[in-house]
Amino acid sequence: MNIQYLSTDFLILGGGAAGCWAALEFCKRSQGKALLLEKANIRRSGCLAAGVNALNAYIGPGHTPQDYADYAKNDAEGAVDEALLLSMAERLNGTVQKLESLGLTILKNPDGSYATRGWRNVKINGENIKPLLAGAVAQEPRITVLNQANAFDYIVQGDRVTGAFAIAVQSPVLYVVTAKAVLCATGGAAGLYQPNHPGFSRHKLWYPPFNTGAGYAMGVRAGAKMTGFAQRFVALRCKDTIAPTGTLAQGVGAKQINALGEVYEQKYGTATMQRVRGTVRENAENRGPCYLRTAGIPQEQDDELAKAYLNMAPGQTLRWLETAPPSVQNVEIDGTEPYITGGHTASGYAVAVDRATSLKGLFAAGDAAGGCPQKYVTGALAEAEIAAHAALQYMQDDPPQAPDATPVLQTLNAYFFYDTDTVDALEEEMQGVMDAYAGGISRQYTYTKEGLAVAESKIAAIAQKSKSCAAKDMQDLVYILELQERLVVCQAVIAALKEVCA
Amino acid sequence: MSILIEESKCTGCGACTQVCPGSLLKLQDAKAKIAKPERCWGCCSCLKECPVQAIALYLGEDMGGRGGRMHVQKEGHLLHWIAALPGGATKIITVDSRDSNKY
Repeated sequence: MNIQYLSTDFLILGGGAAGCWAALEFCKRSQGKALLLEKANIRRSGCLAAGVNALNAYIGPGHTPQDYADYAKNDAEGAVDEALLLSMAERLNGTVQKLESLGLTILKNPDGSYATRGWRNVKINGENIKPLLAGAVAQEPRITVLNQANAFDYIVQGDRVTGAFAIAVQSPVLYVVTAKAVLCATGGAAGLYQPNHPGFSRHKLWYPPFNTGAGYAMGVRAGAKMTGFAQRFVALRCKDTIAPTGTLAQGVGAKQINALGEVYEQKYGTATMQRVRGTVRENAENRGPCYLRTAGIPQEQDDELAKAYLNMAPGQTLRWLETAPPSVQNVEIDGTEPYITGGHTASGYAVAVDRATSLKGLFAAGDAAGGCPQKYVTGALAEAEIAAHAALQYMQDDPPQAPDATPVLQTLNAYFFYDTDTVDALEEEMQGVMDAYAGGISRQYTYTKEGLAVAESKIAAIAQKSKSCAAKDMQDLVYILELQERLVVCQAVIAALKEVCA
Repeated sequence: MSILIEESKCTGCGACTQVCPGSLLKLQDAKAKIAKPERCWGCCSCLKECPVQAIALYLGEDMGGRGGRMHVQKEGHLLHWIAALPGGATKIITVDSRDSNKY
C-alpha cells in the first residue's frame, strides 16, 4: 500500500446530502478549499440514492421555527436539545428555496406557493435530488471530490482533530489528509441488528446498508462526547420491500388497521414511535398482521402511487405490479430492525449550537450529529450550513503537519496475511447477538439488564475476532473496517441501553 | 432485492460501476459484474445510468419476489420504467422529472 499525503482547508467526511451542502456553503462564504471524501461516488451515494418524494422538514404558512422545535420535541417525548432544533428550524425554508434553484421539482399552488402535505411537508420529484447536488459540487472549482475513498480514523494531534486517514476502495492507497477543520457527515448506522430478511435480501433495509456508523466509531475511538445512543430508530415500513409508509398514510390518508379490520392507530397515538409500538402490540396480542388500508382508493391513485414509489423505493412498485395494486389489496406493514441515526432520533455526536463536537477542530452535521431529531433532508442541509460557518470561524492560519502514518499502514497491511474469520460470518453473528440480547425484531425491541450483559460480552468477543479477519483486496479491507465500525457502535448502543436499565 | 446484469447487452461502458452507492459493481473482462448481489440495496442507481438497459431490478424470493424484472430507459427528463412481469406481460410506467409527486 502506498501513502498519499493531501492537505486542504476544510475536510468533509462523507459526500451525502449534508457533506455536499457543507462544501457548497463553505465555498460561498470563503476563498478556501474544501476536500470531500466519499467512499462510493457522490452522484448517488448516501440516504438519497434512490430518491425521495417529499421534503419532510418545512415550515408551512402560519407556523414558526418554534412550532417545528415543539413538534420534534413532543414526537421524541422530550429527549432533544431544543436550542439545536431551533437553530435548524430557522434555516429549513431557506434550504428548500435553494434546492429549487438547483433544479428540484417542487409542487406549487396556483398562486406560486409550495403545496404542502400537512404543515411540515413539501411534495417534490426528488428522484434526481442527489445528482442535482453532485452537479452543483462539480461546478465549484474549489471543491475537490475524492470518490472511492473510505475514511476510518481521525488524525488527532494534542487536543485537536487535524485530519483523517482513509483508504482507496479500488487501489492500494492510504490517504493521510490534513486540514484546518474537519466535518463529520458520514451518516448513521445500519446493519447492527438482524434485519427483516436475514437471507439473500439482507440489505433490503430502510436505512442505507452502506452507512456503517463510521463517523460514530471514529468519534468514540477519538474520545468525542456522544449522545442519545439508547434512542434506536425503528421505522414502520411496507412489509418485505421496506418501502416508506408516509406517502400512503399521509398522502392518501390510509389508516393503520389490524387483521380484524379495526383502525388501531388512535389507540396508541400517531407520533412516529407510537405508530410502530402500536403495530408491535397488535401483533403481540394476536391481532396481526397489520396493514395500511388502501383497498378501495380510486384506481387513478394507483398510477400516481406507482410513480411516487418509483421515485424513492422502486421495489414497492414492482411488488404491486407482481401482485395487486393498492386499490385492490391493503399494504401490509411491519417494523424494521433498529438503526442509529441522528436525522430521525437524537443519536450522534454531542454538539454545540454551532455543530462543534467536543473535540477541537471537529464539527458534525446530518445523521452523524446528535441532539436534534426530525432533520430529514432539509434539516441535514441546515446543519451543514451551520457547521460550515463555524468551521470557517475556527480555522487558523497554520496548517497542521502530517503525522507519521507508518503504524497505521502496518496495522492495515497485516489483514492481508490473516486467513481466519470472514467478515460475513462475523457480521451475521453480531446481528444475531444484537437481535437476541439487545432488543431486536425477534424480541419485539425489548431488552433486559441481564440480556445486555450477555450482548456486551459476546460483542466484545466478536470485536476481538474481527482483528484477524482476512483481506485479499482493498474492498475486503473496507468490509473489515466497516464491521469493526459497527461493532464499536454496537458497544456504544449496549452501554447506553444499560444506563436506561440502571 | 437485487439486480441482474444481462451480459449480452452490457457494452462494458462502466457507467454503473461509477455510481453504485455500495461500490458493488466492477468491470471484469469488459463486462459489468456484481460480485455480491446479496449486498444490493435495490436503489436502482445503476439501472438509471445504464445506456443499454442491461440491468434489471428483481425482488428476491426470500422477500416474496415472483420473478418480475424492471429496467429503466432514460429519455431526457423522462424515465421509462419497463417491467417484464411473471405472466409474460410488459408494463411501462413513465415518470417525468418535471412532475412532482402528488401525495
